[in-house]
Amino acid sequence: MLKVKGLKVAVEGNEILKGIDLEVNKGEVHAIMGPNGSGKSTLANVLAGREEYEVLAGEVLYNGQNLLDMKPEERAREGLFLAFQYPVEIPGVSMSNFLKTALNELRDHHGQEKLDAMEFFALMREKLKLVNMDEKLLSRSINEGFSGGEKKRNEIFQMALLEPKLAILDETDSGLDIDALKIVSKGVNQLRSQDNAIIIVTHYQRLLNYIVPDFVHVLVDGKIVKSGDKGLALKLDEQGYDWVKDNVSEPVAA
Amino acid sequence: MSTEQETIEQFTKSEYKWGFTTDIEEEFAPKGLTEDTVRLISGKKNEPEWLLEWRLKAFRHWQTMTEPKWPNVKYPAIDYQDAYYYAAPKKKKELKSLDEVDPAIRETFDKLGISLNEQKRLSGVAVDAIIDSVSVATTFKDELSKHGIIFGSFSEAVQNHPDLVKKYLGSVVPYTDNFYATLNSAVFSDGSFCYIPKGVRCPMELSTYFRINAANTGQFERTLIIAEEGAYVSYLEGCTAPMRDENQLHAAVVELIAHKDAQIKYSTVQNWYPGDENGKGGIYNFVTKRGICSGDNAKISWTQVETGSAITWKYPSVILKGDNSIGEFYSVAVTNNYQQADTGTKMIHLGKNTRSTIISKGISAGHGQNSYRGLVKVAKNADNARNFSQCDSLLIGDKCGAHTFPYLEVHNKSAKIEHEATTTKVGEDQIFYCNQRGIDTENAVSLIVNGYCKEVFKELPMEFAVEAQKLLAISLEGSVG
Repeated sequence: MLKVKGLKVAVEGNEILKGIDLEVNKGEVHAIMGPNGSGKSTLANVLAGREEYEVLAGEVLYNGQNLLDMKPEERAREGLFLAFQYPVEIPGVSMSNFLKTALNELRDHHGQEKLDAMEFFALMREKLKLVNMDEKLLSRSINEGFSGGEKKRNEIFQMALLEPKLAILDETDSGLDIDALKIVSKGVNQLRSQDNAIIIVTHYQRLLNYIVPDFVHVLVDGKIVKSGDKGLALKLDEQGYDWVKDNVSEPVAA
Repeated sequence: MSTEQETIEQFTKSEYKWGFTTDIEEEFAPKGLTEDTVRLISGKKNEPEWLLEWRLKAFRHWQTMTEPKWPNVKYPAIDYQDAYYYAAPKKKKELKSLDEVDPAIRETFDKLGISLNEQKRLSGVAVDAIIDSVSVATTFKDELSKHGIIFGSFSEAVQNHPDLVKKYLGSVVPYTDNFYATLNSAVFSDGSFCYIPKGVRCPMELSTYFRINAANTGQFERTLIIAEEGAYVSYLEGCTAPMRDENQLHAAVVELIAHKDAQIKYSTVQNWYPGDENGKGGIYNFVTKRGICSGDNAKISWTQVETGSAITWKYPSVILKGDNSIGEFYSVAVTNNYQQADTGTKMIHLGKNTRSTIISKGISAGHGQNSYRGLVKVAKNADNARNFSQCDSLLIGDKCGAHTFPYLEVHNKSAKIEHEATTTKVGEDQIFYCNQRGIDTENAVSLIVNGYCKEVFKELPMEFAVEAQKLLAISLEGSVG
């Protein structure tokens, strides 16, 4: 589904990603872990198509298409979804209007009939249950006055509604208390299927207790320095990132 | 070049291409403005002596006045002697079908969702008898006259209801009021007149669209609306379709009179030609709009969506004379490319327990300059007056400007005045968030801007609000990315 080869990315002239290789297949959940500043969010954002990131080298294939040539909205319509680390507020634009527009753009792209208001609300109600969200939130402006936890749940709710093929969760666990973390994880787990893939970007292992990944990658200083199964995440939790960092520097020193 | 500009330019070019047929009846007054011009206009319209005298007084006063320099707008000096002040209505060449209309214009019409019949009317295609807008208008007129409502052109009213015109003309905006209003008083061409009798609730939205002979009201339009005790009327002015006029200067005057317990709701969508993307051409729209709540519990509400004109200079105001009367001003003003707007309101609190609300939303894109200018005045005897003002500015890009000039004059200690102002930018983060959900940038901007204008749009009549939203999207096309 996703093939990243030798990806190098700079932000404002500083090279952040220094050659990333990553392959994600249908039905897989990948966790990308790493210390602050290692380039995790850069990877998430560059895959979603954020403008201020400059691709220096490498290529990204998404279902056989050259992802880096696609506009952000085209990537979204092709099923790539980013759950934002910091969901933005848009005053005056109701959640329901926004999501109806988004969903119908997607449906239109795939040659499906647009949903009318009644069908749309029925679908929203169903999806809201997944993340224990109150219907009232939908008449409010996008993320305006939402608590940190509500914003994150709202991201997962949107994921449920838009049914992406590849979802990238950028630090979805940050700022969540344990109850909210459980709700969000439950939601994600229900969306997990053999037809889609999920990339979880996180600093802490905590979330991975609830959403168990098939693969764990450790990103340090713009490179994936180690890959493994969920056991790797536990080891990182116990021993910290210094352990892999040291591990990385070893061959250099040798 | 943005799509909008292309559309407008093609629209204007093509209009020149069609040209105007020379009507045998066509007559011009000589260029320039003298007492003779004023006499000629009045004579052509067969006006009563008192009205000619009123025009002449205005003209003489105008000669003593100078153009105001305080607005925050820049334009080359206007030579008032190098213009025509009277021409008999011109006729556009009639087209046989919509196929003859420029495809670019039709595209704009479609984007605005203008019906086929309305498209025909706007582009001068012959309309068949059954759906002829004139016959539609006649049907409406019959319905209105059943309720005793008078609605027609200003010229008709001068002929048929001279007493009403004489009583109210200049009663809210005196002929001495300001440079442009005084000019208008001397040479006004035509406009609308509306009278709602006591206790009558006007059964439909009154729109200039339904007024016969509305096509050529010219550059000096005059509108007078009177709501008698307990009456209600909602009046719509303007049109969302792009409007081009060979006259660069427009100086209209609108007067509203709301008697005891009466309510007037006046909504405007203004989309005059804004000039090209370099700021060439475009209409100067220097308008004086004012209403008076003359009786107790009266209410006047102005709602405006201003997207057109090269320069907009306009302050729809309310004089709150009656006790407990209410004044409202809801405004969205867009300036894109090199457009300039200096607009706002005046709320003059004279009566006790009077209340006013001001919601102003300025949007600047391109090199546009947008100024809010507003006065809230509370007179000595206006006990317990209240005002709430909210002036928001939205910036798109980094070459535009937003300015706020609020004036407060409070002469009564019991007054409560609140003023809130914000300036925000359409954030790249907001656009990217929409993009990431599958919404392209143009639609994202439209969504964000419409959200920003929501408080104003909800004051517009339903169909008008939908059109206004689309218009806003078209006006801002190409302003981002």
